[in-house]
Amino acid sequence: MSEIFFYALSAIAIACSLLMLFQRNAMYSVLYLLVCFFAVAGLYIMLNAQFLAVVHIIVYAGAIMVLFLYVLMFLNLNTPAAFTKTNFLRMAAIMTGGSLFLLLFASFYKSELVEMPMPVTNTTGDVQTLGKVLFNEFLIPFELTSVLFLSAMVGVIIMNKKDKANG
Amino acid sequence: MDNTGALSEQMRAIPLENFIMLSLILFSIGVMGILMRRNLIVVFLSIELMLNSINLMAAAFSSYHNDPQGQAFVFFIMVVAAAEVAVGLAMLVMIYRNTKSIDINSLDKLKW
Repeated sequence: MSEIFFYALSAIAIACSLLMLFQRNAMYSVLYLLVCFFAVAGLYIMLNAQFLAVVHIIVYAGAIMVLFLYVLMFLNLNTPAAFTKTNFLRMAAIMTGGSLFLLLFASFYKSELVEMPMPVTNTTGDVQTLGKVLFNEFLIPFELTSVLFLSAMVGVIIMNKKDKANG
Repeated sequence: MDNTGALSEQMRAIPLENFIMLSLILFSIGVMGILMRRNLIVVFLSIELMLNSINLMAAAFSSYHNDPQGQAFVFFIMVVAAAEVAVGLAMLVMIYRNTKSIDINSLDKLKW
């Protein structure tokens, strides 16, 4: 039963990411990647990582993808077929990605994974456990992320301000 | 609690190798996308895909090792990805303002 779910979700993720690549229109690329992210969120739920699944949907689907769509509509960039690479470069990219995959797969195949302690307890990924970890061991990094966000926000605003001197 | 217990009982059927394979495939697709496309937005999307595959692998390892620290790392990776996307899209808008296109090949002023 769970195997069927796993294979279905991973098939959706892989198919949607491939469709994202070969889509002429960038708008459809964003939407396909959105579907792919929902499939990944389902995989998080299968891993019993509920907190990560919820955060993944909120952050990626709710914030990042909406930002992408907003910029696409803002710039009015819906001009398909404006970006074509030569077939040679396209083939070279596919070959490079494929050989990278072969390399990764070979190293994964040769490595001997430690036999995992199979019984997955239910409390590894829930909000309570992760909250305790985040606010005990990772308290300082957690607080520093707010500084990171603040600096990113200020940087974005300053970067995109119309320069008065240059017009 | 019985419900989640049944869920984790079922999860034993899926070995960790499957999750690793899936994230390797997604990572390779992301690399392929970065090399293949010239649209700057699609390149950004491919970067997001690669970050996601790494997150998936870290979460799988953490869940199978029964160690919540890995999932805390995934949380931090998500935070950094969100900040990165905001800054990157701001740069994209600025590039578009200056060059009137988001073709990667228009950014060759620093070549040579």
